[in-house]
Amino acid sequence: MIDPVTVSDQPHRDTVCTVRELHHDYDGGVTSALSGVDLDVHAGQIFALLGPNGSGKTTLFRLLCTLLPIQRGQVLIGGFQSGTHPLRVREQIGIVFQSPSLDKKLTVDENIACQGALYGIHGGELNHRRNALLQQLNLTDRRHDRCEVLSGGLQRRVELAKGMLHRPRLLLLDEPSTGLDPAARLNLWDAIREMADEGVAVLLTTHLLEEADKADRVAIMSKGQLVAEGSPNNLRGDMGDGIITIVANDVSRAEQILRDQLGLLPQRLHHELRLQSDSPATLLPALVETLGDEVQTINLGRPSLEDVFIAKTGQAFVT
Amino acid sequence: MVVERHITHMSNLTPVADNQQPERSGGIAPAARAGDAMAAAWMLARREWVRFFRQRNRVTAALAQPVLFWLLFGTGLSGAFQSTGELDFLQFFLPGTLALIVLFTAIFSTISVIEDRREGFMQAVLVAPVGRWPVLVGKVLGGTAIAWVQALLFLALVLVVGTATLSWSLIPLLGLLAVVAVTMCALGMIVAWPMESTQGFHAIMMLGLMPMWLLSGTFFPIPALGTQASVGQWILGGMMRVNPLSYSMVEMRRLLFPEIDFSSAGFSPSSPVCWAVTVVAAGVTLILAWQLMRGSRKVDVIV
Repeated sequence: MIDPVTVSDQPHRDTVCTVRELHHDYDGGVTSALSGVDLDVHAGQIFALLGPNGSGKTTLFRLLCTLLPIQRGQVLIGGFQSGTHPLRVREQIGIVFQSPSLDKKLTVDENIACQGALYGIHGGELNHRRNALLQQLNLTDRRHDRCEVLSGGLQRRVELAKGMLHRPRLLLLDEPSTGLDPAARLNLWDAIREMADEGVAVLLTTHLLEEADKADRVAIMSKGQLVAEGSPNNLRGDMGDGIITIVANDVSRAEQILRDQLGLLPQRLHHELRLQSDSPATLLPALVETLGDEVQTINLGRPSLEDVFIAKTGQAFVT
Repeated sequence: MVVERHITHMSNLTPVADNQQPERSGGIAPAARAGDAMAAAWMLARREWVRFFRQRNRVTAALAQPVLFWLLFGTGLSGAFQSTGELDFLQFFLPGTLALIVLFTAIFSTISVIEDRREGFMQAVLVAPVGRWPVLVGKVLGGTAIAWVQALLFLALVLVVGTATLSWSLIPLLGLLAVVAVTMCALGMIVAWPMESTQGFHAIMMLGLMPMWLLSGTFFPIPALGTQASVGQWILGGMMRVNPLSYSMVEMRRLLFPEIDFSSAGFSPSSPVCWAVTVVAAGVTLILAWQLMRGSRKVDVIV
């Protein structure tokens, strides 16, 4: 059973995005994609929605960027209700979709000019903002190149420039690192961090644990609910000092032994038993001694966001 | 770990008043919104134009295909058709070729809606604060401009080779071509907007637009429905008469060859009627396209 997590306070003064009791169904209510999501994203904060495929991230993203209508619940962005003022909300958000939204036949400059026209930015103002963004994102040298000749990383940066052109209060990024090599990912994250440092609230979806780890705050999604939320350090901290993973010959028997002899309640995941502990170094010898020949392998590791996901959902983090 | 649940009551979510502009957004004042939407439409139209010229094969096909069709059909079928009055078939087929140019260009221009959606560009447009009508206006305007210039180039060629003669009537002809191009592009938008695949789009276009073109008096005259007309002629003639493109075709032929009297050539409605039907058809297709686009949000998330 998943315990849904919800925010606890009244929206903060710097809150740019507030979501309350958001539900969304497909197929006329047959398939539930979101069930009661609550979250707040503050100015200058990088907020990651982490979850495996099918967890509801994309639906939430589409609701936030007004591509899907709000069925139940509330979304407030930059002070405007998404359900009643979608156009005003769109002025507040910059969006970088997972699939590229660039016109590859146009140059970098032309693509950004297109974006400017869509957001009412023209002439000198467009040139000023475009020049600044191209410089900030190291794209000035490539501004006259058609996007079809740019690498995936550069294309992402152009997308980011487009998303930031109208100076949004909330930047929405859908799986921003998808398809990028490690170096390009690092560059992209530098740019995202810079945006956040300037006071932009950044909300991104990801199924990459290491990407979520870089965020200021992480919300873990599973089956349309937020099952955990907090800073990556706090989430990991809640898991104790270590995670012990035991692969046994007979998992059921090993589980029984741990319960009966050590009073432990391990979490079973496929053919493994998992224990979270505040003093793993002390516990480890006792485990080896008690389980004896039942043990195939015992691993000890620092808690990761994957461990948080497993602990909250009882399921493996499968992307 | 069970996290405590303290849901903030929804009524506590207080939006800012509608007239308050959040401080950071370089957003858009409501008064400027209509102008911005028009600028967005103009940008989308220009983009169609730029994309067209950056795809050389598309330019080549657009210029060569109508000439090829006109010469092949015009000369190849000239012996088979006799009831074209004072016109030879090359001349008779001329308005049909102009309509064909507009038709194919509309197909290729509006198919870009599906490509834009698949390539992600459309999503970026749909989440912009300008609404949807700039998409319709931009696509139709862009497609119309390309079709119109193509038709103009073809017309220039025809005048050079002497199949038609230069006259003042060519000015309203250019206007008529523009209106027909708007109709075709709007029709293309109606088909393309809910489509997920270009294959499906082609199938529908071939099923709908090609018969519409063939049944507009391009290849053969619209039969007169007198007492001696057969049942087949009544059915065919009836279908051709309800086709709005037939009226445009009659007027086009009249404007291309002003020296010829077409009043005795079977179906020959007056110029005002032809213009009225053509303009109404453009208006109706535009309204239908707009209704379709503003009503459906499902297609927004087709990728």
